[in-house]
Amino acid sequence: MSLMAGTLHVVEYNALVFRRIWRGSIAVSFFTPLFFLAAMGIGLGSLVNRSSGGVNGVPYLEFLAPGLIAAACMQTAAVEATYPILAKIMWDKTYEAALATPVTIPDLIRGEVVWITIRMFIVASMFWIVMYLFGVGHSLESLLVIPAGILTGLAFATTIMAFTATRRNDSGFAAINRFVIIPLYLLGGTFFPIAKLPLALQVLAWATPLAHGVALTRGLVLGNIAAPEAALHALVPVAYFAGGLLIARALLMKRLAK
Amino acid sequence: MGDSNSLILARQLTKRFGDLTAVDGIDFEVAKGEAFGFLGPNGAGKTSTMRMIGGVSPVTSGLLTIFGLDPAAHGPTIRARLGVVPQADTLDLELTVRENLMIYSRYFDLSWREGARRADELLEFVQLKERSRDKVDELSGGMKRRLTIARALINSPELLLLDEPTTGLDPQARHLVWDRLYRLKQRGVTLVLTTHYMDEAEQLCDRLVVMDKARIAAEGSPRELIDKYSTREVLELRFPIDQQPVLDGKLNDVAERIEVLPDRVLLYTGDGDQAIAAVHRQGLRPETALVRRSTLEDVFLRLTGRSLVD
Ligand SMILES: Nc1ncnc2c1ncn2[C@@H]1O[C@H](COP(=O)(O)OP(=O)(O)OP(=O)(O)O)[C@@H](O)[C@H]1O
Ligand SMILES: [Mg+2]
Repeated sequence: MSLMAGTLHVVEYNALVFRRIWRGSIAVSFFTPLFFLAAMGIGLGSLVNRSSGGVNGVPYLEFLAPGLIAAACMQTAAVEATYPILAKIMWDKTYEAALATPVTIPDLIRGEVVWITIRMFIVASMFWIVMYLFGVGHSLESLLVIPAGILTGLAFATTIMAFTATRRNDSGFAAINRFVIIPLYLLGGTFFPIAKLPLALQVLAWATPLAHGVALTRGLVLGNIAAPEAALHALVPVAYFAGGLLIARALLMKRLAK
Repeated sequence: MGDSNSLILARQLTKRFGDLTAVDGIDFEVAKGEAFGFLGPNGAGKTSTMRMIGGVSPVTSGLLTIFGLDPAAHGPTIRARLGVVPQADTLDLELTVRENLMIYSRYFDLSWREGARRADELLEFVQLKERSRDKVDELSGGMKRRLTIARALINSPELLLLDEPTTGLDPQARHLVWDRLYRLKQRGVTLVLTTHYMDEAEQLCDRLVVMDKARIAAEGSPRELIDKYSTREVLELRFPIDQQPVLDGKLNDVAERIEVLPDRVLLYTGDGDQAIAAVHRQGLRPETALVRRSTLEDVFLRLTGRSLVD
């Protein structure tokens, strides 16, 4: 069986399960940004704009919305790379069943990465549509936030998948959420510029993929980012993604082939 | 060494989990078209052996080939020709009965169309057609087992690995499974199974090995094993509770071998009726006395000192 075929069949499995919930899931992906941008962008934004003329001279809604796409992809990846994967390893034995067929462990990993990419694509696209409805990102280039957001999420997908591969129960996932995802969401540059943080936290923030993903998505939507700068911001998530993939692969090979 | 007819060949096959040796240098061969059984108590190493044959568990040391191929190098190729019924069901509870078969057919790279055709055919074969749209969650244990067997057949395997295929099934469901396995064998499918049930081994297996403590204790056809390790007949005596007599050698001349179990005494002898007479002459008054033919159970008891189903 070819490399592509094994990967495809793992994606198909996920799609088969998703088929039962796709309507609800897509509705959530649409209404969450709708409410969020209404409250934060317009409500809070009007206060910010009135008191300080936006952020760095940009209306708050335009400052906020693009980075939220990167953050939403991060959150999607953090969910998809934890509980469902551990369930397939341990509780539901989905991987055990698949591995009794020509499907291989690398097929499983590739298939899951592609599936999480598809999930993030849905989230990012819905977000872009909502953003468009709110009048932000009316350039063709602003569509690039979708791949940029997905790239940000992928950096979390593989690294968290590597973490999941070491788990015997789900208690660590709450910690990941509490100590990584939520702090990054709040402080990683989405809601206010990282430059406003204390210096130590600034350094820390720039070491994470989210800060770069937010800078990238924001720059693409506002149309004020130069190609070399964009490439630099893309490089950090790519590095996390690649490193995470290698570690996840080694750990899952060890765990699943007993 | 093995001839070219061997579908499976194992030499000094060993599996270790850390310090624990689950399979300790076993040798066996399975020929094409054969039904081959692994019999053994809990923890003997049957599942560990099956998982190595299935190409999902790396061999620690020794030689193992399936279809003449090394599972470490050719896992996917081997698995494409195998059907696996694992000891614990790995069905997908989130999917329907039919979807379980469909997605499995995709894992074997069959087209959706071909998968659908085979799924319907197999659901018929294991008598689950009416349940095809139900969630697997809603099936009984026996139905799940039958579905697992159907799933293992989706790729029309040449070799079917069955790890305790009928454990936990009621007699009717067991007979259905036996019947289906027998039909597969008629079609030329090679069967390798593990079991705790003597009647299952006697019904299905052309040849079997008795495993105990990670090693093979004996090998042969059911008949050969009985001839070699047991007598023609067995006299089973039951005494009233707490009145099992001290036998202290009294019956040594009556039987070739005596097993004292918690609830009964077994006398191994060529002639059971003569043995009953001798027991009575010794002044023993058992509550019941039953003469029966030797079975694999007796072989097992002899070889492992344990009864099969605790
Ligand atoms: N993944 C594993 N990790 C560690 N030890 C294992 C593992 N799988 C099996 N073992 C050990 O290997 C030994 C043999 O187990 P195995 O499952 O092969 O026995 P079995 O003959 O199939 O028993 P049963 O009749 O209970 O199914 C046991 O001591 C078991 O605890
Ligand atoms: Mg077992």
